[in-house]
Amino acid sequence: MKARVFVTLKSGVLDPQGKAIQHALEGLGFEGVNDVRAGKLIELDVADCTSQDDIDAMCRKLLANTVIENYRIEAIG
Amino acid sequence: MKSAVIVFPGSNCDRDLAVAFEAVSGRKPEMVWHRETELPEGLDLIGVPGGFSYGDYLRSGAMAARSPIMQAVAQAAARGTYVLGICNGFQVLTEAGLLPGALMRNAGIHFVCRSVALTVENRQSAFTSRYEAGETINVPVAHHDGNYFADAQTLDRLEGEGRVAFRYAEAVNGSARNIAGILNESGNVLGMMPHPERAIEKLHGSTDGRRMFEGLTEGLLARV
Repeated sequence: MKARVFVTLKSGVLDPQGKAIQHALEGLGFEGVNDVRAGKLIELDVADCTSQDDIDAMCRKLLANTVIENYRIEAIG
Repeated sequence: MKSAVIVFPGSNCDRDLAVAFEAVSGRKPEMVWHRETELPEGLDLIGVPGGFSYGDYLRSGAMAARSPIMQAVAQAAARGTYVLGICNGFQVLTEAGLLPGALMRNAGIHFVCRSVALTVENRQSAFTSRYEAGETINVPVAHHDGNYFADAQTLDRLEGEGRVAFRYAEAVNGSARNIAGILNESGNVLGMMPHPERAIEKLHGSTDGRRMFEGLTEGLLARV
């Protein structure tokens, strides 16, 4: 079973990498780029018996630092 | 003073920290590999060194904080053993929940590598007892992810309880309230981004870090 975990910085937390990407896009001539925030995608391939709670625990205990990050889980079959 | 330095894969300031411990206390620390589950007996002080543990993969210090040895370190801290986390060590301590908050990417994006001025905010702990209150000292920093973050409530509590140990005298990396180092509630765990172990002898260009280790040696010897 595959699950995808998206880890993003909480809103209000400074994202200098996102800002750098925004400036680079503007430098390439793209207009109207209001904001950019960069996160992480972690793809998990786990045994079918792995529960949603297990994956949630993986997120809380390691994959995301809940002081500064949010996470979203997408299970794909 | 019996001390140990934890070594993770990717730690690179462990030997400098060991040199500092030995130079000031007169006793070589034990180097403890992260996969050990037990610490040496009778430790007074545990050093969690700088470097790039686990290559900073996922988040700086995230995986090191979950190493087998860290359970023993947490238990030792709970018993009152002193713990000093420097740079990556500070990151490990926040990830392990031994200190509040988190260290993020420097606000200015750049890796900052220079000597910075710090003010000693709290001289009540063994770590800072050899400094004067409000004293300015020079200590090098070398980090990419030193931007200290905590929510307003936590920051107010840290300030209110006198747990900010060091503050940057000028903006260095965007840290909230320019916080450079903090203490836990019981005052036996200190995490700081600057490297005091790189300011202990004249060749370093500053000996301002030496007094941290002297304060610890003094304070810990006095406890027996």
